Amino acid sequence: MTESWEDHVRRTFQAMVTARTLESKLASLYKAGKIVGGVYIGPGQEAVSASIGSCLEWGRDIFAALIRDQAGRTAFGEPILDATRTYLGAATGPMHGKDGNVHRGRPAEGYPAMISHLGSMISVVAGMLLARRMKGTLKGVVGAASVGDGASSTGAFHEALNLAAVEKLPLVVILANNQFAYSTPTDRQFACKNLVDRAIGYGVEGAESDGTDLLDSLKVTSEAVQRARDGRGPQLVVASMLRLSGHGEHDDAFYVPEELKKSKLGRDCMTVAEEQLVQGGFLSVAEIADWKKTAAEKVQAAVATAQQEPAPDPYRADWNVFATPGLGDQQ
Amino acid sequence: MGEVTYIDAIREAHHDVMAQDDRVFVYGQDVGVFGGAFKATQGLKKKYPDRVLDAPISEDAMVGLAVGAAIEGMRPIIEMQFADFSSVGFNQIVNQAGAHYFRTGIPIPITVRLPCGGTPGSGPFHSQMMEGVYAQYPGLVIVTPATVADAYAMLVASVALDDPVLYCEHKFLYRWLKADSFKGEALPIGQARIVRAGKHATVVAYSAMVHEALHAAESLAEEGWEIEVVDLRSVKPLDTDTVIASVARTGRLLAVGEAYPWGGVTAEVVSRVASEGFHLLDAPPQRLNARDTPVPYHPNLWEAHRPTLASISAAIRNLLRL
Repeated sequence: MTESWEDHVRRTFQAMVTARTLESKLASLYKAGKIVGGVYIGPGQEAVSASIGSCLEWGRDIFAALIRDQAGRTAFGEPILDATRTYLGAATGPMHGKDGNVHRGRPAEGYPAMISHLGSMISVVAGMLLARRMKGTLKGVVGAASVGDGASSTGAFHEALNLAAVEKLPLVVILANNQFAYSTPTDRQFACKNLVDRAIGYGVEGAESDGTDLLDSLKVTSEAVQRARDGRGPQLVVASMLRLSGHGEHDDAFYVPEELKKSKLGRDCMTVAEEQLVQGGFLSVAEIADWKKTAAEKVQAAVATAQQEPAPDPYRADWNVFATPGLGDQQ
Repeated sequence: MGEVTYIDAIREAHHDVMAQDDRVFVYGQDVGVFGGAFKATQGLKKKYPDRVLDAPISEDAMVGLAVGAAIEGMRPIIEMQFADFSSVGFNQIVNQAGAHYFRTGIPIPITVRLPCGGTPGSGPFHSQMMEGVYAQYPGLVIVTPATVADAYAMLVASVALDDPVLYCEHKFLYRWLKADSFKGEALPIGQARIVRAGKHATVVAYSAMVHEALHAAESLAEEGWEIEVVDLRSVKPLDTDTVIASVARTGRLLAVGEAYPWGGVTAEVVSRVASEGFHLLDAPPQRLNARDTPVPYHPNLWEAHRPTLASISAAIRNLLRL
């Protein structure tokens, strides 16, 4: 881990570019009727999401990504094909057409697959960490779980964060306060002044970042991850921004007030990051254009591959709900 | 009757599985130094201080934690202090644990112990039978041991299974049920046992109701009726073959359960026999369950809420007249 700050920033930004490109393609496929169910994208949240993903190491750490985490998934190391195959329901994907869109992962590789019930992945990550403690393989490991302002209202969030604090686990909870849970604004979601104030109630450390600012998000997130790695117990990172899309592609987000869009929270983290990186000498305008082109090619290839692959066949699919051979036959 | 109780068997099974497999750990409220609300985990914390952990009162997170640990190759045993409280962990049980293998191909070998069923004075929230609710969901194995030997063997088997198991242990049997030893005939999960042979009617029961059904069969034997009693042992998988084979011999079926009457295990048994063994029936198949109300507090009301020797005997007599 001798990566320089500049390289870390560039790697994080690259995941943002890939995610924005991939998600805009997924949105087009949805509008063209090529994807069933729904498409849930995270424009405006890439800086925060990619920041946590890029602070974690595939094969060592644990990451429970949530709905608006394409950038974090990519930064963590999920192949683009996992996304396109899952959205298109390909039998070759990690979920084999049995689950779709953002409900995907590779649990055996430290990448559990989210269920839709918000807050419920935090305790799963806690359990993965506790298991490693018992096996003696926890040293240097961090587990992260993404949630939003809506998930912070659930009992599952409370139970899990409290439990992780009791066990002093190296857990980082990234709370993206994107101002809306579907259509519900924050003043109908919670009454506390600032969600980060909840940290002290759990006995964990809290930190805040400007979610529209890549450099700030990455700095705050990597410091929190380091504190967890150093044995300081769970960390709650609250990042604020505005969701720059509907809840899903079916939702035009008419309920988002114009003044909020025009506020600092409404800044597009991609635009902000591009300016920051060019001005800070991290990347040139030409390099960014080149990265976007490369991302578009990779996304196009991953979509084409998944589209050409066979859909799951109900007669050949593995319908077993039990790992134990024969158990399902006797139900 | 010997001196080994049903709860002794459960405790002994914990000691044995933890000695044999260091992937096993126990997590639940008061399971540590205190030894559990029913002393099922007594003595474990001293032997395995790092593998017996008291949990906060967080049933959702307890099961979520178990799922995560199972993903990492551990074999957690979660003690719900009372089966009733598993409703708080319901989401993690059905949507996380039950769905996981189907969704991802990664097994979730967890055992969730549910101290269930009524005892006098326990009231609405410390008495419930949850097996029917969970059986409705795919991907969960649900066992309901009715004997001391099964309490031991089925807990050992549950922990060894690669799938999530809800181990429904009946609180009334904890200290009431005794045997000479917790070792006995070990049948696999998913196989029912004929605990009393007969030819005039079949009573299918599970958990504590097996004993009520046996008492009813004994009392009817004095009148010359030979009642066959089947102990399901596990309600999912449900051993339809053994049930139908019994009905083929007797021609009459009464399914008895302590759970609420709408749907559930007894409805499933009757439905399977009606659809797969209709031609074997000499009378309409019958069900007997608890009343469709919360479980009442006062012993008089509680007795009138659940099936008992008297109500099962009456139901069998009715069945024999049909």
